[in-house]
Amino acid sequence: MRIKQLGLFALALSLAISGAGCKKKVGAPASVVVPKPDAPPPPPPPPLAKAMITSFTAEPSTIEKGQSSSLRWATTNATKVTITPNVGDMAQMNGSRSVSPGSTTTYTLVAEGPGGSATQTATVTVNDPPPPPPTPKAAVKEDFSSVIARELADISFDYDKSDVREDARGILTRNADKLKQLFADYPTNVVTIEGHCDERGSAEYNLGLGDRRAIAAKEFLQQLGIGADRLRTVSYGKERPQCTDANEACYAKNRRGHFSGN
Amino acid sequence: MKNKSLFLFAAFAALASAQVAQTSDIVIKLIGKDKPIIAVPDLRGSGDTQAFMNAFNGTLYSDLETAGIFQMSSKSVYPLTIPQRPQDFRQPAAGDATTGLWLTGWSNPPVNATYLTFGYAGVSNSQFVLYGWLYNVKQPDLANAQMIGKTYLGSLDAAGATKVAHEFASDILKLFGVESLFGTRIFFVSNRSGNKEMWSMDFDGQNQKQVTFYKTISTMPSVSLDGSRLAFTSFLSGTPQIVVHSTETNRRLPFFNQQASLNAGMSFMPDGKRVIYSSSISGYPNLYNSDINGAGIHRLTSGRYIDVEPKINPKTGNDIVFVSGRGGPQQLYRMGIEGTDVERLTTGEGQASNPSWHPNGSHIAFSWTRGYDPGNFNVFIMDVADKQYVQLTHGAGRNENPYWAPDGRHIVFASNRSGSMQIYTMLADGTQVRQLTSRGRNEMPVWSK
Repeated sequence: MRIKQLGLFALALSLAISGAGCKKKVGAPASVVVPKPDAPPPPPPPPLAKAMITSFTAEPSTIEKGQSSSLRWATTNATKVTITPNVGDMAQMNGSRSVSPGSTTTYTLVAEGPGGSATQTATVTVNDPPPPPPTPKAAVKEDFSSVIARELADISFDYDKSDVREDARGILTRNADKLKQLFADYPTNVVTIEGHCDERGSAEYNLGLGDRRAIAAKEFLQQLGIGADRLRTVSYGKERPQCTDANEACYAKNRRGHFSGN
Repeated sequence: MKNKSLFLFAAFAALASAQVAQTSDIVIKLIGKDKPIIAVPDLRGSGDTQAFMNAFNGTLYSDLETAGIFQMSSKSVYPLTIPQRPQDFRQPAAGDATTGLWLTGWSNPPVNATYLTFGYAGVSNSQFVLYGWLYNVKQPDLANAQMIGKTYLGSLDAAGATKVAHEFASDILKLFGVESLFGTRIFFVSNRSGNKEMWSMDFDGQNQKQVTFYKTISTMPSVSLDGSRLAFTSFLSGTPQIVVHSTETNRRLPFFNQQASLNAGMSFMPDGKRVIYSSSISGYPNLYNSDINGAGIHRLTSGRYIDVEPKINPKTGNDIVFVSGRGGPQQLYRMGIEGTDVERLTTGEGQASNPSWHPNGSHIAFSWTRGYDPGNFNVFIMDVADKQYVQLTHGAGRNENPYWAPDGRHIVFASNRSGSMQIYTMLADGTQVRQLTSRGRNEMPVWSK
């Protein structure tokens, strides 16, 4: 094999010389390089010990944010132990280290030894802490108009009348009691009393009649101690009926005093 | 029960007919009795006017018919030849009195007319030109027959032809002392925009336009006698209060409302300088007068009852008709301009409302449920001096807010006879009912110059 290579080398060399000779004159005769024989191969190195990881754990493996976990490791044959991320090179080949990751982290331990390295991972799962119990806030005040809508009942009137009926007196008395409490909680709000009519009278007369009904209810509440400055009146006549059928049940529904808060 | 109601019905019918027999002279006084016959043959046009002759002829016929002073003769009995110009008339040969080209062809049976309109249209200088004549065909000769011979100009389109027809009709009506309604306006309340707003339209329902844009409830319009101011009652400040607009600029004019939850239903004095309205400042809606800006307030009525709808006599400015609940259900009352001498006008039956003065200052139109269930109003006319009344509508739904036209012969009113509240006009004898609106709910018309 080696002889054959040499022969080929010599052939190539002679070809190169003769080829060159065809084109230009060679001033001096070429010297032939003879390679030296190879050195004998080195002896194989002695076998080296490979690093091994006996264990690498995170304890506890699940923590809540802000808590810590202990990374423990044990290696053999290691000359260098590195834990990533954020931990770094360890002095001890067996040891522990407390970590407190902000989020779930997989730690990688690399143990390097003269005969090779070993890698192992351990994961610390980080859970968000449960939301804190709601801190007791100051209660949000309910909208005055919804309170009034819920707490104050309508009153009814007889056909073409604005007198406060017996049943309406009872309702207005209860409404007045509620208003006294409510006005204490809502010191700046006012209540508007709306007067409504059924459709049978003329629109013009009903606007007057609805005004009378609202004012009659207001006067009754004033007698029960509600301040006039907390009460307003408005007549809608027959402009805003609750129902539009032409029968007494519907007419009766429309002949009403209604309370709204503002 | 059935027998009883039948009996009641018969009694009512007898009463009603007695009432009509007694009081029909109210209507005669207002719109006349014997109506002369008029022949209104279709006029022809030459050239480009031909396309607009339907508009012309329809308008002319309608205006003359609507005026209610003529009996319209049937076109089917007209002679076959119809004159177009005065020179078309020719004294007929003896015995040929039926030709349309002579007066007797129109005055004799079967037409029997007293009056004849004729003429023709043509194009001149790109305008619609009408040559129109009115003849009294009862006259023996042409020289005495002519009452109108006039040229009218309009734009060469349907609008121009319509305008020319209104003007020709207006000239004819003037000869009979009747003011044409052409050019007059009706203000009314419509909810077709989603809210009750003021709207206006021509006397015949054309050109319906939104006037206010307050987006709340605006209602109960009234208009000053000269047509320059429109007042109404609006919730734009939360409660019903009076708002005044100029009809020329459509701008809001200042008006001071009393510190009350209700200021409503304004009526103008004939001179337009003072107004009367209802205010609940005392706790009860009573009547007050003030100047046009709301200052200088005087109280006219005071009582623990409802007084609304004051209407000032437009002729004299001296008395007020109004609606009051002082005696029970709402009725019509009258009093002097300072609030004195109150008297009830309606009988106390049913509910009465919506008085409107005739321009003559002696009659009113109003709505009344007399003879019907509560809420079923009909239009009535009353001679205020003797309180005689006549009923014009008869139970076709609710008929409310009658308002006299400036001609004193027509009434505009609102009725739900078609199923929804709409505006109609009629002659003051209850005939010639015409529906002017159809979109949305339309009510409370007032007729302005």
